[in-house]
Amino acid sequence: MGTADSTNHAQRDLLRLATAGSVDDGKSTLIGRMLYDTKSVLADQLSAVEAATAARGGGQVDLALLTDGLRAEREQGITIDVAYRYFSTATRAFVLADTPGHVQYTRNMVTGASTAELAIVLVDARKGVLEQTRRHATITALLGVPHVVLAVNKMDLVGFDQTTFEAIAADFSEYAAGLGLTDVVAVPLSALDGDNVVDPSTRTPWYSGPTLLEHLEAVPVLRDPRTEDFRFPVQVVIRPRNAEHPDYRGYAGRIASGVVRVGDEVTVLPSGKSSTVVGIDTFDGPLEEAHAPLSVTLRLADDVDISRGDLIVPGGSETVVGQDLDGTVCWLAERRSVLGQRVLVRVGTRTVRALLREVNARLDVENLTVEQWHGVDTLHAVDATDTSSDASPQALGLNAIGRVRLRLAEPIALDDYASHRRTGGFLVVDPADGATLAAGMIGPTLLDRLVVEAPADETDWLAGAGI
Amino acid sequence: MSVTTPTQLDVLESEAIHVMREVAGEFERPVLLFSGGKDSIVMLHLARKAFWPAPVPFTLMHVDTGHNFPEVIAYRDAVVERYGLRLVVASVQDAIDDGRVVERADGSRNPLQTVPLLDGITSHRFDAVFGGGRRDEEKARAKERMFSLRDEFGQWDPRRQRPELWDLYNGRHKLGEHVRVFPLSNWTELDVWRYIEREDIALPDIYYSHEREVFLRDGMWLSPGDWGGPRAGEQLETRTVRYRTVGDMSCTGAVESVASTVADVIAEVGASRLTERGATRADDRASEAAMEDRKREGYF
Repeated sequence: MGTADSTNHAQRDLLRLATAGSVDDGKSTLIGRMLYDTKSVLADQLSAVEAATAARGGGQVDLALLTDGLRAEREQGITIDVAYRYFSTATRAFVLADTPGHVQYTRNMVTGASTAELAIVLVDARKGVLEQTRRHATITALLGVPHVVLAVNKMDLVGFDQTTFEAIAADFSEYAAGLGLTDVVAVPLSALDGDNVVDPSTRTPWYSGPTLLEHLEAVPVLRDPRTEDFRFPVQVVIRPRNAEHPDYRGYAGRIASGVVRVGDEVTVLPSGKSSTVVGIDTFDGPLEEAHAPLSVTLRLADDVDISRGDLIVPGGSETVVGQDLDGTVCWLAERRSVLGQRVLVRVGTRTVRALLREVNARLDVENLTVEQWHGVDTLHAVDATDTSSDASPQALGLNAIGRVRLRLAEPIALDDYASHRRTGGFLVVDPADGATLAAGMIGPTLLDRLVVEAPADETDWLAGAGI
Repeated sequence: MSVTTPTQLDVLESEAIHVMREVAGEFERPVLLFSGGKDSIVMLHLARKAFWPAPVPFTLMHVDTGHNFPEVIAYRDAVVERYGLRLVVASVQDAIDDGRVVERADGSRNPLQTVPLLDGITSHRFDAVFGGGRRDEEKARAKERMFSLRDEFGQWDPRRQRPELWDLYNGRHKLGEHVRVFPLSNWTELDVWRYIEREDIALPDIYYSHEREVFLRDGMWLSPGDWGGPRAGEQLETRTVRYRTVGDMSCTGAVESVASTVADVIAEVGASRLTERGATRADDRASEAAMEDRKREGYF
């Protein structure tokens, strides 16, 4: 048995996914069900849940309690943060970011979605696609999560009705397509009873698609590295300077995207200097080629000046290097943004000083509209003292999503997030206490797409209101 | 040349190496907590891989309960010697002797490690502290970050943790604060064992089946020793056992097992119906929120 297990394991890959939905949709029950049915719950954990169920007055063991976190949350019956869950099957291991779905937790959804290759959007079959469903889909699209599952839960409460399921699936798919989400699979299920979660249900004979877990096992875990541009943010320079390796100089990092081979011409950004890869080193021996997401150490032919924060890209690539960063941010801090504020911007392994020069649009995640205004350029006229209005349109508060322009103290490589999900993300950091103020995506995003389509939405709204 | 999907272990290894290199790039005085337990041994192995052919750029710190398995201390010293590492020891016994902590009635010293740990961090001015904690271990750990900010009292405030997006880890901190770093966050107990098998990593012998004199207390097989066991009325008997975790001898139980190789252990862990903490850690069974409380106080 040990041998069979090892064999399976040698080929097992890893999928990162996120779930979005509220407690009311049965999200915790669904996750509990996946953990339980994949045998990822051990006896002592289960008995703890049984004890907790009894302490609350008893009844059927509540699988939702398996995902309960901190005492503070249990006492208040809420979830305050992203929690990570682990389960696996013979062919694949899963890292699940369990994110609370309430509107005030946009921050957590953005966080969970940032590393996810797949998002499960949960709806209650009795309620169908709600405003919050659209919000979850929007954040999924904004963060560029490639695969989406619409989990239509509580099918037992609508008598496993095919028409109900299909109407919800069609409604969601149409909306998702408008957001640019192309890979959407809808699954009818009951987390409470386990229908179509791990095992196929006998109560949905009309459904021939995969169960939720079957689908999770089947989606590709990442894009083919050969179709992506090579990107290598340098983390540290390896220089042993000992008797064995007196002249060794290697650049250590993790390949963010693409493939690198010995002999490749490369350019180092932002300096723009070029060289050739002469070695791809690892502890286990040299490689001829390596691809994302492996951690390696590169040696180059020339003694170019490279340090932490530099980005190695293919020679002759058209990567933008600049000092003006336009992008979309999600504000993550309690403190509101202030125009002209001095911040730090972290892109890849590089941190640069920056000025929050402009906030010129904001996405309303409730109505999915974009409010735009002429940005006040604070590059030469700092306007940090204007506190006349608490809800200044030029400020972003906690959970707000807006378009910003940042002026950077020095030029850096700027990859568009839309085409470079691994290198196009950035953090805005408070230089005073190091707090993460915002997370951002370089270049045009879903927000810009919604601006263009704003007039159509308005028409829809008028039609919906019977005008 | 074809591109194959990396395996789960490839991805976890790459992620952990990435995290370690980030710490080397961002911090002045990192330290790796090294107990001689399997998770810290795996961390050290990853650190050797991350910086090869340069030596590991981190100091090791052992928070010593004084209730050690001799095999584990021997292993620790051999590793330090072999790789030319620097080891500092933060001693619970010293802390008891000079009155910083008080011995508990039950004799367990696991909960007493927090004070010497924090004192060690402060006196050596460590700014990043690697721990082998995994999110699959326990509920409070499931919410832990890779980079976990601690205030000047070493306290963990779950409401003030920084969001972690993509692979951008924010390690900035004020003077006096430090960051706990958990490179094995996304590993499970089985992943650790499979990695030990794949990389052929040596562990202290007590992780594998052996004959040992033990006695039963609170449903756990404990080893006798200077720490004070067995009490009158507790019978010593010889059993075939191994340890799933190594720590304070007075509250770390052995499990009856004939698993004498890594492959045996993997088969056994895969079939086990108990988590490693639930099976063998008396202190973790104390209360539903035991870990949450200890983490808030600055525990590992």
